[in-house]
Amino acid sequence: MKQTFTIAIGGAAGQGVATPGDIFAKIFSRRGLHLNAYNAYQSIIRGGHTFLTIRTGPEKVTNMGDRLDLLIPLNQDAMNRHLGLLTNGAACIFNAETIKPGAAAEGVALCPLPVSKLADITRNKVAQNTLAVGAGLSMMGIGFQAVQEVFTEQFKKKGEAVVSENVGIARAGYDYATANFKPFARPLPMTGNRYAVLSGNTAMAMGGAAAGVKFYCAYPMSPSTGVLHWMAAHARKAGIMVRQVEDEIGVVNMAIGAAHAGVRSMCATSGGGFALMSEGLGMSAMMETPVVVIDCQRAGPSTGVPTKTEQGDLWQMLGAAFGDYPRVLAAPLDIGDCFKIIPEIFNIADRFQCPGLVLCDLLLSEGRLSVDPKDLDFAPVIDRGELITTVTAASGTHDNGGYKRYKITESGISPRAIPGVPGYTHTAATDEHEEDGVLISDEFTNPTKRRAMMEKRMRKVAGIEAVVSPPALVGPRNAEITLIGWGSTKGVIEEACEILSDQGISANQLQIRWLVPLHGEAILDILKDARHTIIVENNYSGQFARYLRSETSYVPNGYIRKYDGEPFMPHHIVEAVKEQLGGTTRLSVPAHEILV
Amino acid sequence: MATVLADTKHVAMADFKGKVDPDWCPGCGDFGVLAAVQKALVDLQIPNHNVVTISGIGCSSNFPGFINTYGMHTLHGRALAVATGLKLANHELTVLVTGGDGDGFGIGGNHFVHSMRRNVDLLYIVMDNQIYGLTTGQTSPTSRIGMKTKSMPFGNIEAPVNPISLALAAGATFVARGFSAEQKHLTELIKQGIQHKGFSFLDVFSPCVTYNLDNTYQWFRPRVKKLEDDPVHDPTDWMAAMGKSLLWGDEIPIGKFFERTDLPTLHGAEPVLNAGPLLHGDSRIPPDVARSFVEELT
Repeated sequence: MKQTFTIAIGGAAGQGVATPGDIFAKIFSRRGLHLNAYNAYQSIIRGGHTFLTIRTGPEKVTNMGDRLDLLIPLNQDAMNRHLGLLTNGAACIFNAETIKPGAAAEGVALCPLPVSKLADITRNKVAQNTLAVGAGLSMMGIGFQAVQEVFTEQFKKKGEAVVSENVGIARAGYDYATANFKPFARPLPMTGNRYAVLSGNTAMAMGGAAAGVKFYCAYPMSPSTGVLHWMAAHARKAGIMVRQVEDEIGVVNMAIGAAHAGVRSMCATSGGGFALMSEGLGMSAMMETPVVVIDCQRAGPSTGVPTKTEQGDLWQMLGAAFGDYPRVLAAPLDIGDCFKIIPEIFNIADRFQCPGLVLCDLLLSEGRLSVDPKDLDFAPVIDRGELITTVTAASGTHDNGGYKRYKITESGISPRAIPGVPGYTHTAATDEHEEDGVLISDEFTNPTKRRAMMEKRMRKVAGIEAVVSPPALVGPRNAEITLIGWGSTKGVIEEACEILSDQGISANQLQIRWLVPLHGEAILDILKDARHTIIVENNYSGQFARYLRSETSYVPNGYIRKYDGEPFMPHHIVEAVKEQLGGTTRLSVPAHEILV
Repeated sequence: MATVLADTKHVAMADFKGKVDPDWCPGCGDFGVLAAVQKALVDLQIPNHNVVTISGIGCSSNFPGFINTYGMHTLHGRALAVATGLKLANHELTVLVTGGDGDGFGIGGNHFVHSMRRNVDLLYIVMDNQIYGLTTGQTSPTSRIGMKTKSMPFGNIEAPVNPISLALAAGATFVARGFSAEQKHLTELIKQGIQHKGFSFLDVFSPCVTYNLDNTYQWFRPRVKKLEDDPVHDPTDWMAAMGKSLLWGDEIPIGKFFERTDLPTLHGAEPVLNAGPLLHGDSRIPPDVARSFVEELT
């Protein structure tokens, strides 16, 4: 078992949960500790309840874990909801003047802070938060120097007075805890590393910048809006045109317009916005103008639960837009992969002149992870495919009309001239067309030509399959259990496998990143020796299980699903596996114990 | 619309002849619009490879197929959104958007309004025939009250949209109306619209000889009155233009209702484009900038 430490901060929206979270995250990442943060929140700006968990440790931390070590409830509601989650060795720091603790389990340290005696609460409304942060850091065994540094940085924009006031309050909490509370059994270690901490949305936006995206547009929609925010804030430095558009129909069409002019173009939304973009994807495919669209899934259907996570849009992505056309669809496996996947999918979309779809979810989009800065590579391979941007000897000069934009080729790829190049004028149409772009939808319908164009476009599917690597099995080959997941569940399944192995049940993992192309043959080959397979996914109907079956006829031994809006925790999977090995059920739906 | 400097080669009418002849019904008003656009581009000496003609779906939206420029025949109602993206990616191109009243004011109404307030630098020509033609004759957003069509066989009970008033209200910086049977006048308006820096809206009466038997050439001819012949019309006066836009009946104004040149275009207002079109920029983020992006996170 790896050493990790988890802090949870709960309170009402607007009570200042985020700032202590940022401070803890900074302190941990600068000590060379990995971290994973997840904020369970509600679609409300002020009030309600938000619950931020930050899990840290010297090894890679991939999910929120199963255990809370320190709870900081900022109000009575948070105390009432979560004190019961604490087990032996955990502590709860709270404002003794406003919050009553209730009954705690044996071995849980209750740490009341006499807030008004330690800070001037008439001057500083979030003094209880700052005191708690100081107290917590003292109990974790972190020197005050590090605390002071991060507080100074956090408040430096607000001026010297605010900095010294906050450092003072943190110090008071720190010293009070040193004198009155028992430190945690294992102090947090330090390593020589230094990590970047970022959300999946920031990672995808930065990945776009690294990929050479020059045009980004969006309509605000949770949980995708973070991509827009990063893009907008960094647009001028990065030389990216960023536009907020009237609706998602406008978004995808504007993005395709920019792409058609020859730049890399990207947009992001959530399931509802993606539904509006659907027709546009068909246009991208038919005109053979590449565009990358990100869907950050949230709990649906319809408006659903905008602040909660789900993997419920798979079939929407598979079926987006009518007719048959080549597409690529990838689900990033973690927040670092959110960065990496963008240049990769752009290269494929550009090369095969088709839409590239990224299927992310709230868990990654809004969660935060420590990443080695080296993994944020701003010099990835950029392959724009067969793009004609000027008249050269290779592209040749054409008399008007001689250039065939949709030339029938063996690969299905036709060299693409962008507007402005002399001699290559043509019209790209959403109607079916022949090689030179002339429509074969009205006066000149022709079944032979229509068939040839369908086959030309669809030939790209084989080419795409050849450049995308098939998935691989991770863990012991002959394991008792094979857990199959896709996208964001990678980390939690990985940890469930470790826990199962520790408990004497050997387990391995097949995690799917590329959904289209799926590589069904390769998957069947991997699974043919598996002893007991279970598909784990964050939706009701087993969307991936149904997709895998439709592509390969493969039926696993069991399913673990969750559709309550919250992500899996490792023990959910571990317990479900045991339940299924016991033979009582083939479908487990773990209950989420945290009331958020 | 800003004009791209002409190449040295002389631009001729033949340059703009499409790969195929239009398949519009004989007598369709759209023929006159096509001829006027071709003539305007020749008059302005804009080479065909620097022009992108973008349309949605409908009879008039087949336009890009009938003219030899770069073209995009996009989705129903979406031409303006596509055109905005294209213009922002390469603002050196001359962008013409062509379509019909159903495409622009019905399914594309949202983009119409927002493109105007953004002052995107393009010329939007609507071939307004007050009917849905390609779907064989249904009521359109500009069909008059009482008009009988296949979709409203007992007469339209919905008030039509007034494209000119709407354009003025939404902030279009060039607003004009033409009549496809008035070739010289129409060509002049197209040239002005192309040269205008900002969103140019040109509504053109383009009669549908097959499905609209109410608003025919014969109906329009005695009614249209050129604003250019009105000695007191001042196209810089927005209030006066709004007043003129409400005239309908025995006298229907055509010509330039309004133009203002003091507002920046969308691409002109965006500092990211100061260094030139996005298309020509380096696709790599400079290493020092990339480093600063990562440092923010540590």
